[in-house]
Amino acid sequence: MEKFEKLSGIAAPMPLVNIDTDMIIPKAFLKTIKRSGLGVNLFDEMRYERDGSEKPDFVLNQPQYRQASILVAGDNFGCGSSREHAPWALKDFGIQAIISTSFADIFFNNCFKNGILPIVLPQDQVDVLMKDAEKGANARIEIDLENQTITASDGESFSFEVDEFKKHCLLNGLDDIGLTMEKAASIDLFEAKSGAERPWV
Amino acid sequence: MSPKTLYDKIWDAHVAHESDDGTCLLYIDRHLVHEVTSPQAFEGLRMAGRKVRAPEKTIAVPDHNVPTTLERLDGIIENEEGRIQVEALDKNAREFGLHYYPMNDVRQGIVHIVGPEQGWTLPGMTVVCGDSHTATHGAFGALAHGIGTSEVEHVLATQTLIQKKSKNMKVEITGKLRPGVTAKDITLAVIGETGTAGGTGYVIEYCGEAIRDLSMEGRMTVCNMAIEGGARAGLIAPDQKTFDYVQGRPHAPKGGQWETALEWWKTLYSDDDAHWDKIVTLKGEEIEPVVTWGTSPEDVLPISAKVPAPSDFEGGKIDAAARSLDYMGLEPGTPLSEIKIDAVFVGSCTNGRIEDFREVAKILKGRKVADGVRMMIVPGSGLVRAQAEEEGLAEIFEEAGAEWRLPGCSMCLAMNPDQLAEHERCASTSNRNFEGRQGYKGRTHLVSPGMAAAAAVTGKLTDVRELV
Ligand code: SF4
Repeated sequence: MEKFEKLSGIAAPMPLVNIDTDMIIPKAFLKTIKRSGLGVNLFDEMRYERDGSEKPDFVLNQPQYRQASILVAGDNFGCGSSREHAPWALKDFGIQAIISTSFADIFFNNCFKNGILPIVLPQDQVDVLMKDAEKGANARIEIDLENQTITASDGESFSFEVDEFKKHCLLNGLDDIGLTMEKAASIDLFEAKSGAERPWV
Repeated sequence: MSPKTLYDKIWDAHVAHESDDGTCLLYIDRHLVHEVTSPQAFEGLRMAGRKVRAPEKTIAVPDHNVPTTLERLDGIIENEEGRIQVEALDKNAREFGLHYYPMNDVRQGIVHIVGPEQGWTLPGMTVVCGDSHTATHGAFGALAHGIGTSEVEHVLATQTLIQKKSKNMKVEITGKLRPGVTAKDITLAVIGETGTAGGTGYVIEYCGEAIRDLSMEGRMTVCNMAIEGGARAGLIAPDQKTFDYVQGRPHAPKGGQWETALEWWKTLYSDDDAHWDKIVTLKGEEIEPVVTWGTSPEDVLPISAKVPAPSDFEGGKIDAAARSLDYMGLEPGTPLSEIKIDAVFVGSCTNGRIEDFREVAKILKGRKVADGVRMMIVPGSGLVRAQAEEEGLAEIFEEAGAEWRLPGCSMCLAMNPDQLAEHERCASTSNRNFEGRQGYKGRTHLVSPGMAAAAAVTGKLTDVRELV
């Protein structure tokens, strides 16, 4: 996995609440057996007409947001289906960080596994960044994961929380399967013990 | 010992390793796998030269993509990409030596129906699947939740999941349900109360008289939608009903092991003075048959209500409600019971079990599906299908003019050809009314099986109590 340290990018505003993973990547694109190439279908039904032409109103179709690497989103982003195709599509499009007041649990975890940083901030701070994002391509938002700060284009800065372990993995681009396998002895031990206590498992 | 919740007890019994910051390796007892969220995980294993650590605890079944029409019995999947996914699962299951129920095995079905049916799901277990509705298995007092594909790969390789503990939430449904009110109404009413993000960061335990009174089928329906309330998992403490359901199933413990298991299972309940981070209480008597009007499962109202207006809401929900109403093609103020429907779908891991079909048959018996309405009834597994046929339910469905299909996810997510057409309006027993979920621009109203059958008969959303 790529490392995530600092990001300076254009943020696209998506104030809608409850954006679900069906919206992020509709099921028609779940039939792939690969992880790559989903970016063109990101937000497919919101982004394109049935004939494949772009809906000009949709935020990521507007010239100033085509290069966006950050989303500022409404509450409960990523709810619904567990499909990891959602973060795959976001990543493939170029989104590296998402800011909201809340995320759905599975989506939140899936982001970290794919080098995307989901950031939870209080409503008033999300509001500030949403306004900033609305300014378009001139407003760049800066995210510093090491120091856990996010800075709006006018210099206003907020700090954010992130789980230590997840931060460590992102900063170093670590594959957590490899990390867990280093603890194989603990797993062996647990298996032996629980196998004796609960042999029916 | 300090008092514990049911969640605490199961959690504590499965921590294989704990780091200083509280990050744990949670040991996974059962890993369920289906064709849509697993190919990339197996590919990852192969690329890294890794094996499946515990193939004997890994169960694979294709369900999301499989056709539900009869030509499937000849092994035909018309859709090329869908076929490739099913074939990939076939190959992966055999190559890695998993327990496998292929498409035309009579035990095949929706993964969350097959697990309990075959006795893979047992009280006190940890169960995961690359599917958000894994919460279903919580009905057995198993800690069960959905995971992403990277986590599927992690569990395949290590039989553990990296987790931090969630908070404890108690959802109590007191008293008795009124006639015509079902498990589906309970679970939707809870989401209506808490919102779709209300459970975020929590594991919910459902309890109270109305929950205890439910059958195992009903309890599965309730837990199934815990995820729709944002919770990581839903749980119900096991009791005699649970044990009776489990006993004798192919993979349930037998003989002396059954006795040992039972002894432990009987300790799986929340201690009286356990700590809860959040408590929600609903009165069973006050729950009415409900329907959803919008495009989020929290958009739920009693069937006696009217379509709300965006101005009835606050904050970001105002725009979301306006968008939903536009998508659903509904005018504020319209009585819900006057909304005409075009299609009815009965099935899914929420309501695709035998009891659900009995409810539907009760309403359909001696009646006809209304003119211009198409009704699709899809059993959750081959065994449910066989039982429904044996009980004569299938005959009632066909006589009423409904289609009786082969098992699978079908129009719950419409990955196979079972889809709504643009603007088609559907009363559905599934769990998600998201935009496009059941077909591009399709409109979904979530309801209980009885309510779905009532809508089929009258051609509009209907209070099932008028037909019993
Ligand atoms: S029936 Fe629907 S919700 Fe259940 S597993 Fe299948 S697609 Fe998911």
